Amino acid sequence: MDIHEYQAKDILSGYGIKIAEGGLAYSSEDAVQRAREIGGHVWAVKAQIHSGARGKAGGIKICKTHDEVEAAAGALLGKRLVTHQTGPAGKVCSRLYVEAGTDIVKELYFCFLVDRSSERIVMVGSAQGGMDIEELAVTNPDAITKIYIEPAVGLQDYQAREMAFALGLEPEIMSHAVKTIKGCYKALRALDVSMLEINPLVVTSSNELVALDAKMGFDDNALFRQLKISELRDKTQEDPREMAAADRGLSYVGLDGDIGCMINGAGLAMATMDMIKLAGGEPANFLDVGGGASAERTEKAFRLVLADQGVKAMLVNIFAGINRCDWIAEGVVQAVRKIDMKVPLIVRLSGTNVEEGQRIIKESGLPIITAETLAEAAEKAVQARNEVVAKEAAGEI
Amino acid sequence: MAIFINETTRIIVQGFTGKIGSFHAQDMINYGSKVVGGVTPGKGGQTHLGLPVFNTVKEAVNQAGAEASIIFVPPAFAADSIMEAADAGIKYCVAITDGIPTQDMMTVKNFLRRFPVEERMILTGPNCAGTISPGRSMLGIMPGHIYKQGNVGIVGRSGTLGYEAADQMKRLGIGISSSVGIGGDPINGSSHRDILEHFENDPETKVVLMIGEIGGPQEVEAGLYAKEHMTKPVIAYIAGLTAPEGRRMGHAGAIISSAGEGAAEKVAILRELGVHISPTPSAMGETVAAVLATL
Repeated sequence: MDIHEYQAKDILSGYGIKIAEGGLAYSSEDAVQRAREIGGHVWAVKAQIHSGARGKAGGIKICKTHDEVEAAAGALLGKRLVTHQTGPAGKVCSRLYVEAGTDIVKELYFCFLVDRSSERIVMVGSAQGGMDIEELAVTNPDAITKIYIEPAVGLQDYQAREMAFALGLEPEIMSHAVKTIKGCYKALRALDVSMLEINPLVVTSSNELVALDAKMGFDDNALFRQLKISELRDKTQEDPREMAAADRGLSYVGLDGDIGCMINGAGLAMATMDMIKLAGGEPANFLDVGGGASAERTEKAFRLVLADQGVKAMLVNIFAGINRCDWIAEGVVQAVRKIDMKVPLIVRLSGTNVEEGQRIIKESGLPIITAETLAEAAEKAVQARNEVVAKEAAGEI
Repeated sequence: MAIFINETTRIIVQGFTGKIGSFHAQDMINYGSKVVGGVTPGKGGQTHLGLPVFNTVKEAVNQAGAEASIIFVPPAFAADSIMEAADAGIKYCVAITDGIPTQDMMTVKNFLRRFPVEERMILTGPNCAGTISPGRSMLGIMPGHIYKQGNVGIVGRSGTLGYEAADQMKRLGIGISSSVGIGGDPINGSSHRDILEHFENDPETKVVLMIGEIGGPQEVEAGLYAKEHMTKPVIAYIAGLTAPEGRRMGHAGAIISSAGEGAAEKVAILRELGVHISPTPSAMGETVAAVLATL
């Protein structure tokens, strides 16, 4: 789960990390009011969306008058911002963070994340802040310092110092740097943070270390014990279909293709989507209905897949292990009878009681296309989709 | 032989008396696995499914000679159960539980490293379907009947995709020595590489099918291991060709978060390392058959 910059900053300031003075705004008037409260004569008006690289997408505006703040807020609120992290659909900005301008002497990059290879928390820093770290990793990997943290003892002072020196910080602010780095680590451990990125971390003209941006991601598996964090969820930043799926206990990811999918198991779901692609089609979604796949669950999954108006054919691929093909077939038949399906349905069942399952589908009298193998199912789905598209083009639908 | 479990392996179930634990314990018993009891703290001394219930894993080890365990404990308590098993002297543990926090798994891995290698419990999972040595023992939640006994080792992240592979192989008359699920989480007990090493040392296993997916470095690490240390051929299929960057595809670990973690990239690297590639998920069985035919 991701949170907004202003929420991350609020959390981090509680752990002793210095941030610029700022406030949240939902309207242009709010934004001007915040600028007045903050005082000074330079403000940053920042779009709050769940994505990095907001600057490049025009989501951060530096303003020198209250009129400029008002104009910037007006331009950003309600705007759909597209970054390389949001995907082509972008994310709508409905909150702004108005922040006091900071006199920057030096921009640094700093983050903590879970390193899957070493199975440890790794602290990553670079004296070349403000830029895309992935790009830097390719163009100048030596400019990046990585320090791995031993889980049994946690982050040590010497490691924080090593990082501070690698960031090129002056001895005068060493103790503040150590406090900042350790504060971030404490937050990470206490709140089940999976990623904490401060880009840029800046040295100001008054020789202070300030988190100018902050991005935090949390381990979804740990939200059960991070109830305060769960409350920070902003549903407007998430795909409504994915939210609806999660509420129904299904795992769904919307994609750009037009062949809807319902599969049990994440690996088999990805494999089926691969098969569709190899057969010349594009999947409309990832959907794992899980092991249970009861009739009720099946119906919910059907409704979810078909809610996507772009779907031109639907493929169901179930490998029945603990459950049985005949139960799944009953569920599919019930769902199709309840829902007015307008697109062709391809069903492939495999595993326990497969013959019985196929018999139920066949005897239902419903226009369900069946397939025996994964390859056959994908080919038939692509073929059915192509026929629908051809009919549409010919004006028959 | 096979790896990790066989007909003599003495198994206990942690989370034995719960609904899910009971269901799968019965299924394992029906398959022929040597289940010798289970652990549910506070219910020690009772009998469940005709077998003794223990309060602690230590009791199960001391009184029932437990060697392997399977965990059905809810996510919040699962890490604790895994560490209890390791401390009690369990040799092999499968964690079925889905949803264990990443930091808990880091603690578990760190805890396991405290033991000398020869005494260290082997953990597979969490968030997996378990391990089966067909015809001998099943320590998992898979449908046992789809696996035929034989000489191919399977290691994979996904449950149902592993079933698909076993089913394709059975149709072609190919059997399996052991099939091991390592689970879909970002930090897991054993990696693809770890399991390849066990298969390399198992005289019964002739080739290994590795079923990987997007996200993380484990498939490539396994490929490097296979190239440098294995005499047996490895066949791989990597799922997630259509997965977009930065999106989590069901499994907590199935997310492309940096360069080299996509399916096409992993396939290219593995091919370079001499791993045989199954070009599609429906060709896993025939690719294994083709490699077997060259031996």
